[in-house]
Amino acid sequence: MSIQPEERLAAALARLILDPAAPPARHIAVGAASPIPAAACWLVRKSGHPVRLSLLHKRSGNPFTEGSRELFDLTGQGRIDLFFLGGGQIDGQANLNLVGTGEWPGTGVRFPGSFGSAFMYFMTPRTILFREEHSARVLVPRVDNISAPGVSEPGVFRRGTAQALVTGKCVFTFDPGAARFTLASLHPGETVESIREATGFDFDAPAEVPQTPDPTPDELALLRGPVCDEMLETYPDFCARVFSRKLAA
Amino acid sequence: MTPTVDSLAASVPDGALVALPPDNSLPSVAMARALIRRGARNLRLLGVPVSGFATDLLVGAGCVAEIETSAVSLGEAGFAPRFTQALKAGAITVRDATCPAIHTMLQAAEKGVPFMPLRGLIGSDILAHRPDWMVIDNPFAGGGDPIVLLPARQPDVALIHGVMADEAGNVWTGRRRELATLSHASKRVIATVERMVPGDMLEDERLAPGCISGTYIEAVAVAERGAWPVALLDEYGFDAAHVAEYARMAKTEAGFREYLDRYVFNVSQAKAAE
Repeated sequence: MSIQPEERLAAALARLILDPAAPPARHIAVGAASPIPAAACWLVRKSGHPVRLSLLHKRSGNPFTEGSRELFDLTGQGRIDLFFLGGGQIDGQANLNLVGTGEWPGTGVRFPGSFGSAFMYFMTPRTILFREEHSARVLVPRVDNISAPGVSEPGVFRRGTAQALVTGKCVFTFDPGAARFTLASLHPGETVESIREATGFDFDAPAEVPQTPDPTPDELALLRGPVCDEMLETYPDFCARVFSRKLAA
Repeated sequence: MTPTVDSLAASVPDGALVALPPDNSLPSVAMARALIRRGARNLRLLGVPVSGFATDLLVGAGCVAEIETSAVSLGEAGFAPRFTQALKAGAITVRDATCPAIHTMLQAAEKGVPFMPLRGLIGSDILAHRPDWMVIDNPFAGGGDPIVLLPARQPDVALIHGVMADEAGNVWTGRRRELATLSHASKRVIATVERMVPGDMLEDERLAPGCISGTYIEAVAVAERGAWPVALLDEYGFDAAHVAEYARMAKTEAGFREYLDRYVFNVSQAKAAE
């Protein structure tokens, strides 16, 4: 079986989770409708790293007994180390728009809404931004509406911000001091030029940008085996599409 | 005799602030259908902390004037079509929040205090569009620590669907204990349940932690599959095929009306589906 793009993205996210330069990820929470981040977290766990995973939408054995309120209270205390966020629009300062385009509250295209982003982005030591669609309509110079800001004024309580932005085309890292993204790796078939063309915001790029590595054979075996086993109940369509596995009736 | 769902819907007045949990946390979809049948108007919905299928139904049926929520979505079935249409048409007022803000406003109401602080939010356009929220300087710090204050929010009525209710009026909602906060904070709680059970669940140590005490429950009606098409704990799963069918039909006003006729107004057929 050839490597699926989703498998490469999960492996790329897993490497970011394990980045030794980043604060430790002892407890990771994953929100709704996030199969690739969930796969990345399970990959880290099944690779033998002792990380606690709290998957908000797991039906059987849900980790919370007080629903999402408990997730936010845990995060408020600083007990969630890493969270994933996306956005209908993401700009070059890592501002997230989950509300909609046009005038508030989304008179152009209305997105579902901000969920917990306006809290989680501040209170989690690190956030990995993930959005498969990499286009100038998603990655914009300036978001129309800010659900959650990428950086804050001095004095505003904030534990962290974006560590990286992973898309279907590349991986960017984020420097909160400069409030800018830097191109970190290119998925197969992409060039710095093709990324510039598909990206609405300006970003930095080193002289040589490496390729995003393929998942290793061990990672692929874990993804298609034990990771898929854990995900079948919550994400049956994803598992069928990516891993060609169906939940037993 | 326990009351019927429709008789309870008649007790929810037009204009009420109605709290609904999200699709994964036991909303009474049966009560939403009953409110549509009774022709409720100008409801103000509170998503605790987000909104789903029941909210889109109520909005599409013209029952809603205002929504306060952190998101409205049909999950895997995509954006909520009737909500989106109503927002575009200016038919509803939408007050966007963020999930922990809604939990916090309910926690303030639960404690009977006028407000509670919450971290985050500063620099977000959510805050910029909430004149009812404010930023103060943390009075316990030496200065220079801005923090948001949120007012207590007390719903007029919360609509929840539990697995069972007992003779003492307690309702069992299992691990979804965030419903306890919602119930404690609301003036009234109307619950639907799958079944009635004899006795008092609070006398059973294993059931008691998953109970909402009858202290907070005003009325209970039996509505089998009353959360359908959303999931109810380990009783039944999310009916993804039905919600996808809804999402298709509700793309147009005519399709939505057909959906209501088939699944909401046609009570015998709706009952069969439930």
